[in-house]
Amino acid sequence: MNRSAITKLQASLLIIVVICGIAAGTYAYYSMIVPAAKTRLIVSTTTSLYETGFLDMLKTKFEAKYPNMNVSFISQGTGLAIQTAMRGDADMLLVHAPSQEYPFLKGGYGVNRKIVAYNFFIIVGPSEDPAGIKGKSPSDAFKAIRSAGLNGTAIWVSRGDNSGTYTKEVSLWKAIGLDVKQLRQEKWYLEAGSGMTATLKLADEKLGYTLSDTASYLLNFNNHNIVLVKLVEGAKSMLNVYSAIADDPRNANMTKTNFDGSMMLIKYLASDEGQQLFADYGVSQYGKPLFGPYLKLLQTKSDPLGNDPTQLIQWISDYAFFEGSECPQQFRYQAEGLYSTQTPVPVLLVSIVAGVEQRKAAACIQSLKA
Amino acid sequence: MHPIIEGIIQAINLILTGDPEVFSIAALSLYVSVLGTLLACTWSIPAALALALRKFQGKRILNGLFNAFIGIPTVALGLYLYLLLSRAGPLGYFQLLYTPNAIIIGQSALVTPIIVSFATGALESVDPDLRTLARTLGASDRQTYNVIIKEAFWGLVLAILAAFNRAFAELGVAMMLGGNIRGLTRVLTTAISLETARGDIALSIALSFILLGMVMSLSIAINLARKTSQ
Amino acid sequence: MSPHLETHDIRREYDSVLALDRVSIGAHLGQVTTIVGVNGSGKTTLLKILAGLDTPTAGDVLIEGHEANPTQLRTHSTMVFQRSVMFGTSVYNNVAYGLRIGGVSSREISQRVKSALTVVNLDGFERRHARKLSSGEQQRVAMARALSLKRDVLLIDEPTANLDPANAMIIERAIKDSAQSRAVLLSTHNLPQARRLSQHVIHLYKGRVVEEGEPSRFFTNPSDERTKLFIEGELQF
Repeated sequence: MNRSAITKLQASLLIIVVICGIAAGTYAYYSMIVPAAKTRLIVSTTTSLYETGFLDMLKTKFEAKYPNMNVSFISQGTGLAIQTAMRGDADMLLVHAPSQEYPFLKGGYGVNRKIVAYNFFIIVGPSEDPAGIKGKSPSDAFKAIRSAGLNGTAIWVSRGDNSGTYTKEVSLWKAIGLDVKQLRQEKWYLEAGSGMTATLKLADEKLGYTLSDTASYLLNFNNHNIVLVKLVEGAKSMLNVYSAIADDPRNANMTKTNFDGSMMLIKYLASDEGQQLFADYGVSQYGKPLFGPYLKLLQTKSDPLGNDPTQLIQWISDYAFFEGSECPQQFRYQAEGLYSTQTPVPVLLVSIVAGVEQRKAAACIQSLKA
Repeated sequence: MHPIIEGIIQAINLILTGDPEVFSIAALSLYVSVLGTLLACTWSIPAALALALRKFQGKRILNGLFNAFIGIPTVALGLYLYLLLSRAGPLGYFQLLYTPNAIIIGQSALVTPIIVSFATGALESVDPDLRTLARTLGASDRQTYNVIIKEAFWGLVLAILAAFNRAFAELGVAMMLGGNIRGLTRVLTTAISLETARGDIALSIALSFILLGMVMSLSIAINLARKTSQ
Repeated sequence: MSPHLETHDIRREYDSVLALDRVSIGAHLGQVTTIVGVNGSGKTTLLKILAGLDTPTAGDVLIEGHEANPTQLRTHSTMVFQRSVMFGTSVYNNVAYGLRIGGVSSREISQRVKSALTVVNLDGFERRHARKLSSGEQQRVAMARALSLKRDVLLIDEPTANLDPANAMIIERAIKDSAQSRAVLLSTHNLPQARRLSQHVIHLYKGRVVEEGEPSRFFTNPSDERTKLFIEGELQF
């Protein structure tokens, strides 16, 4: 009978669906009940680290060494990452915008900042290079792009979010006296509002120029996602520095954060093993690592990315240090073993003579320097 | 070969070889959406019963309210729930953010208006004479409700299937509350958006085939339920 | 003998319409009481109140001299409607429904269902899907359903209004049968039927009892003018 036939078919479809759901559910639940027993560490990070796949590898290696840890990386733009950490929804940051990191420390949100890696931003664009920026310095290139843009012969694609890359871009425009708020109104300046890969693809489509970190560019170029070429690279103003910062557990929003876990990961990143991860990542595919290991640079005085090491070290401290240090004393908390134990001599002297804490002495010296 | 065609071929390969990444993502999708829908049923079906069968003030307003929220933009809902569940927010104590449970809760909120609206409609369209009949045969209020529910059965099934469909195919809530964490909160929709942004077309396409396949079978099932309920 | 079921001054008002006005009637066990009247005279409303499916605005319904509320009436009586509704299941389950929720044992249910179906000439119909039957057959199922409950009061609204003569005859026979152990009240337009079946006839006009009595006198020599007109089919309403 027609009516029962429909009912039976429908009933069996339903049963199939329900069984699928239960089966899948059991499977998913089972595969999840193992991580549930572990300690969770939530790391707020940038899309440029995330999209290169480095963090997947980091998670595997870190959890192999510390099997009771379960690391979750939340990839957002640096600006968003910082906000997430400020709410206490992430336990630590792994980002690359020193100008945004400093307020995070000063505001009492972060402690124990550690610079772990570096690479360079590059300006990429169409091989025809309508604005003729190839080989120019970053500031000259930006000037050229703008005038070509106003002429209608070039397009610029910006990240348009609060990412580290965008922060760098804004500072580069500022260095030639231009305000991004003004540029946004102009027709040649496009804002992607997305992660690095999406921005690169947009620039690729539109035959425009954009600022990218080396790692994201190489990855997408090698995958044939884009055909843009490198046009301007390797200057001090294009330095890109990655740091890890832990949430301050004393902060009212952050009392529930996993401070111990954060310190474990930060120390791991700074350790030989962690630094080696940076040193190895991408070598087989691209000939050199996507991220330069910072601590190794300091120790061995050599840079696998091919820059002058002494100059590079100086550039990094000029660009990414605060108050003369990667993390001033007042922003350190239970950080034994993370920073070199050598106190700078002037600080030591002042603290002994004046009978104050080293922290106060350091601050005093800093203010004298200013 | 054209990259899209290449992508499709790789996608089919991924599915046929039972690629574990693809299938664990699909499994998680099913898991959160099934549980989210079931959770929503626990309060939505009683609410629908109350709306359909009891008399009280403001019934029409409530009905209208549920109807209005059927199509709520998922990102908006995701945002509000995010603020609620954030450690800095009122429900922060439970530390639910970036866990599958958060997605389950979020999706249950998302589909509640669907279940309530559809179920209420199905119950209201049951012949009122049936209720009178049950009463004259000695049925208590509870037993009368059972008669009505039985009569509206396929309509209720339809409501639940439609709700699951919405939960399964949505992106905003899963993204905002889950964070798309690999192996933990990465579901079909969030994975597709990530892999597309990353440029892994083959994986995106594979996932989209599964998503579409599921959604289409659900639509067929829903249509059958609708026909049977008439 | 005092009536098994009676009403005192029943008044039913809704939407500013007065459906029943000071209706006082009685029905005895073992008797069929027929209520006649034009459309809208309040027959269905009265039956529903007696069935406990409606609450009077004023007045009482009594069982064996004691006041009864609608809930009690609902378990004491059962009603068959003019157009019967079937549950979406087998004939057997339809008839058994009331017995099941009444907690009757399944063996007893089986017996009662079988005998009820026999009374209405539906032997062998147990497995048939109730909604696929003809309307005449469905009405007979409804009758069997009511009979199987073995309630003391049976109320029937227009029992044969939509039935062909064959079905009508089966229903009438079932009514006569059932009256042996029950108080049966039915409403009808069918005057010959009223004459055939009942021991007591009540004429309801605009919600009021205008005449009542035993059939032979009622139909041959009614005292009320309106009854006279009604019988002749000339009553304006």
